[in-house]
Amino acid sequence: MRTFSFGKLSLGTALLPIYSALALVFLLVPIVYTFVFSFNDSVKSNIVWVGFTLDNWTNVCNAQGVCGAFFTSMLVGVVATVIATVLGTLMAIALARYRFRARSAISLLLFLPMATPEVVLGAGLAAQFLSAGVPKGLLTIIIAHALFCLSFVVVTVKARVASLDPALEEAGRDLYGSPLQVFWKITFPLLLPGITAAALLSFALSFDDFIITRFNNGGVETFPIFVYTAAARGVPAEANVIASAVFILALVIVVVSQLTSAARRKRLAKQA
Amino acid sequence: MAGGAFAEAGADLELIGISKRFPGFTAIEELDLRIPAGSFFALLGPSGCGKTTTLRLVAGLEEPTTGRILIGGKDVTNVKSFKRPVNTVFQSYALFPHMTVLENVAFGLRRRNIADPVGKAHEALRLVELDHLAARRPLQLSGGQQQRVALARAIVNRPALLLLDEPLGALDLKLRRQMQLELKSIQNEVGLTFLHVTHDQEEAMTMADTVAVMNRGQIEQMGAPEELYELPKTSFVANFLGQSNLFTGPVTSSTGSSIVVDVAGVKVEVPKDRAQRHAGEVTVGVRPEKLMLHTSAPKQSAGSNSLGPGRVTDVSFSGVSTQYQIAIPGIGLVTVFAQNMVFGPVVNLGSAAWVSWSVEHGFGLLDEPERAPRFAADTDTATIAMQTRHELLAEIEEA
Repeated sequence: MRTFSFGKLSLGTALLPIYSALALVFLLVPIVYTFVFSFNDSVKSNIVWVGFTLDNWTNVCNAQGVCGAFFTSMLVGVVATVIATVLGTLMAIALARYRFRARSAISLLLFLPMATPEVVLGAGLAAQFLSAGVPKGLLTIIIAHALFCLSFVVVTVKARVASLDPALEEAGRDLYGSPLQVFWKITFPLLLPGITAAALLSFALSFDDFIITRFNNGGVETFPIFVYTAAARGVPAEANVIASAVFILALVIVVVSQLTSAARRKRLAKQA
Repeated sequence: MAGGAFAEAGADLELIGISKRFPGFTAIEELDLRIPAGSFFALLGPSGCGKTTTLRLVAGLEEPTTGRILIGGKDVTNVKSFKRPVNTVFQSYALFPHMTVLENVAFGLRRRNIADPVGKAHEALRLVELDHLAARRPLQLSGGQQQRVALARAIVNRPALLLLDEPLGALDLKLRRQMQLELKSIQNEVGLTFLHVTHDQEEAMTMADTVAVMNRGQIEQMGAPEELYELPKTSFVANFLGQSNLFTGPVTSSTGSSIVVDVAGVKVEVPKDRAQRHAGEVTVGVRPEKLMLHTSAPKQSAGSNSLGPGRVTDVSFSGVSTQYQIAIPGIGLVTVFAQNMVFGPVVNLGSAAWVSWSVEHGFGLLDEPERAPRFAADTDTATIAMQTRHELLAEIEEA
């Protein structure tokens, strides 16, 4: 009896690391593949390993349309994020701070775009643009992206506003701060972590959105659209370069922010 | 902007016919109040009596439903809070967590473009003895230190009126006593008008020149602490500010200087000038420390009231004094505070006792104590659960 249970236990302890390693490999394989094959000296299709080269990295824009699509995505991402963040922050403050008619109904409605399948959103928007006579292109992509990012911004910033002591703003007014000064000197700096998180989330959502974009892009190619189209005839290694670069950039941002906040905590702890 | 001028001295505050209604309830009802310049004024009352709302109205954080607010003779009823010469020390301190202590203190000065905000902020921090922590963030300070920063942040602006919203509530007893003395000395030093809101009667009495006792959105009585304590006018004041023994009965006779009230067959004499009413049913009272405790019937003498015999039902020793509860048939429980001048209790539990007091210590009230006890008897959770179950069963049976 005792040996049996011992044996079972050892089987479990042996299996767990293997299982974990397999799960990790499964998760990381596509990323590692993309990164490795960005150095592939391929000519037409980037499926078979030919040989190592840095050409793809040094001449990213050589492949037809890669850089154009990348910059379109950057432009769409930045503009849509700015629109969504500004509007969403204002809405979040209003929803968290003021009591007005239909407040809870609006709160609920804001969740809908998050819950709606992207296909439905994309098709619905496409139909509206068509009936309104708006030609599809960069503008419609930006409008669509700002729209679906808005809900995420409102939800993220609202949580931050709710945790803010209203007495802080009252203290600001009490200390001769006009409404505008109180907002910029007190409310905004205290909401900034939430707003930043919301903006990063918006940008990430916008940058890799495919479905909604596909319905509303007209002829304009964003990076995900480019990769999807190119996949039919073989994705060029330059696309791997951009994908890897974006991945590394995101990684660097995360690591740097973790390190700086750890350093700040240490400094504060030393002072206290 | 509010202009760059500092108030050289405190200003007086006047509230005229102030009412404040919130959806569903009235916080303040027809309040009139005048606080003279340079005084330390305490607004004392239980939670929910409207004292904090009054403070917020003065600060401009709420708008009155009716009435006017005057600061230094100027009507500020419609002046926005950031343009009022008023600063507040908030209950939660409300220090800006993203700024250093120094920047917190300099905030008000910068908003008004006062010259040398940093120098003046350091000066204010020196006043509260925290200048060495000027570079810290508020969250790195202890509660008492945060409280002092909040105070410095308010007084650095030299407001005509400083509002304190239970600023000592979060501190422990020892620190609170220390801060009370500090606040008082700072007020003497800077000469501003202080309006202090608190539910702590001891705090109000030790700090303020004038105390206003507030109850249900109205001021019940206002005056110097000793005056309020020695001569309460209503049963609420008599019991909120210290404790009182209250007896109710009809006035049976009245002499030139005093009235005699029949309390369950015993004649109790009260000076006329210490009684609010001189005829009909009158409630009279006496403070527990004014009572003398006797183990035998005291000799009847002019100028003295006595009750008894009763039975001692509780003796609790509290160091300086001992508190006795004496049940007197027909009258009820009487509380006596006796100084501990001898070892051990003077009277033992269960023994017979009489109480007496000099006539000049009694007082007569305007109203009668409420029939309902001030605090409903505590029902334990088991009883509540039982009750709910019975109600549920009854409901089910009916259906």
